[in-house]
Amino acid sequence: MPEISRDEVAHLADLARIDLSDAELDHLAPQLAKILESVASISAAVSDDVPATSHPIPLTNVFRDDVVTPGLTAEEALAMAPATDQQRFSVPRILGDEQ
Amino acid sequence: MTTLVPFDKALAAYDPAMGLEVHVELNTNSKMFCGCPTEFGAEPNTQVCPTCLGLPGALPVVNHKAVESAIRIGLALNCEIAEWCRFARKNYFYPDMPKNFQTSQYDEPIAFEGYMDVEVEGETFRVEIERAHMEEDTGKSLHVGGATGRIHGADYSLVDYNRAGIPLIEIVTKPIIGAGEKAPLVAKAYVAQLRDLIVALGVSDARMDQGSIRADVNLSLAPKGSDKLGTRSETKNVNSLRSVERAVRFEVSRHAGILNEGGKVVQETRHFHEDTGETTSGREKSDAEDYRYFPEPDLVPVAPSREWVEELRGTLPENPTAKKTRLQVEYGFTDLEMRDVWAAGALPLIEATVGEGVAPQSARKWWVAELLRRANDAGVELAEVGVTPAQVAAVQKLVDAKTINDKLARQVFDGLIADEGTPEEIIEKRGLALVSDDGPLIAAIDDALAAQPDLVEKIKGGNMGAIGAIMGAVMKATRGQADAGRARELILEKLGLS
Ligand SMILES: [Zn+2]
Repeated sequence: MPEISRDEVAHLADLARIDLSDAELDHLAPQLAKILESVASISAAVSDDVPATSHPIPLTNVFRDDVVTPGLTAEEALAMAPATDQQRFSVPRILGDEQ
Repeated sequence: MTTLVPFDKALAAYDPAMGLEVHVELNTNSKMFCGCPTEFGAEPNTQVCPTCLGLPGALPVVNHKAVESAIRIGLALNCEIAEWCRFARKNYFYPDMPKNFQTSQYDEPIAFEGYMDVEVEGETFRVEIERAHMEEDTGKSLHVGGATGRIHGADYSLVDYNRAGIPLIEIVTKPIIGAGEKAPLVAKAYVAQLRDLIVALGVSDARMDQGSIRADVNLSLAPKGSDKLGTRSETKNVNSLRSVERAVRFEVSRHAGILNEGGKVVQETRHFHEDTGETTSGREKSDAEDYRYFPEPDLVPVAPSREWVEELRGTLPENPTAKKTRLQVEYGFTDLEMRDVWAAGALPLIEATVGEGVAPQSARKWWVAELLRRANDAGVELAEVGVTPAQVAAVQKLVDAKTINDKLARQVFDGLIADEGTPEEIIEKRGLALVSDDGPLIAAIDDALAAQPDLVEKIKGGNMGAIGAIMGAVMKATRGQADAGRARELILEKLGLS
């Protein structure tokens, strides 16, 4: 039975940069537990000899040739950006660190 | 601020353990998962598409050539190649990755369990490779408003996604233990040999100065004799070979200082500063390191057939150690010469210069005797001195053609390093050409002979040593631009001795 604690939900919210109030955490944590429980019922439907998959189609080695194809112009790329400067996407000051 | 402990003292009390993570940007024509070009230095956001911008609905497809390069790197590092492996999403929220995750590999790297033997001062260290995995590079952020380039105090950031999605191979070593005082040299030699290997494989531009090879240096200290590893620091983006060595050295001194004072080393990322040779604290490792990896659902697994792997094994360049031995014999270098060549990182440069048609000893002379001194003076690696093997060959050809002599060639190298143009242009601009027209030479000889009749008598009397003094006067009068051989001929001719 999967369990998810209120602390774990708070941690996930933090990782996802979602600001949740105490009341929201109280409200959402049990809901998330319920969702996990429902999803977990899938494991009851398959036997142990069915391997877990990460893709619905059993394919491997789908490649493209190393060939340049046309992309977007800078104008097109920046068209939907909320803010731009010097032909770059302008984003709010970053908390944390460079990767 | 912790007191730094001198390196030697630190090593008397502690054993260092290192881990090196090297990112190699592949030189494919197109990106890892889309067809955008990968050229360095393009105008911002001109090499982007819906896939590498993470726009909704865009789907990635793996670049075949990138997988091939990854396998070849793995094989060259004596790794096993996975029979089946997947990409994974590394989730984090940072604007340099517009998808909010980086497509990487997690517990199923394409290559694993390898090694590389590195040579330091005649001693061989085996660096074990834990894994080499495929991933994509991030965009480039420019931080505006605060201290230049760094995040602290920045008001906003400007992002260019040209680099986002360029294929990277991350090569991770197992902890390197037992190098002791040689740890900084082993770290540098490992990165240098890895770079040479990457060059030989032809899979990357391998330019550390352009960031196509970037090293992260992890270091911890343990009290001597203890078999436990200490807490490590991770120094990010160390971008030259010399900096790799300096970063290890600095971190050894810093860790020892903290431990001597009874403190605890904080597990954190640190930044290396080229100007001071010091590292400063970046970000403390914490919950933020929780990347929630999961298999990438938009990509199918990569399952290289054994036939393909063996075919790629057949394309590997010669094993570096065997090659070193072969070239020493081929070039006729003595053991001592070879040790200097190796320590200077000059072998690939000499090889390339010889490939341009230069005699091995001449190539060695320019790289190890002349250009190494300049590299040391400038505090850069020989490969980064600002002169290419093709340019060395061009200069040697001009020496062979007697357009210039060795002494003038040095000034041509000055010009090349100062980016003054081709060797020919530099000779022209600086007026370095040897005086090939006999006219000015004969005039200088006449003057010299007339000025020193006593020497003329000595030479005529059979004292050939006296020619040296006349030659000296001639060379001085022609500001060193006379062809010494021709001058000697003309002097003997003048005195009726030829
Ligand atoms: Zn793209």
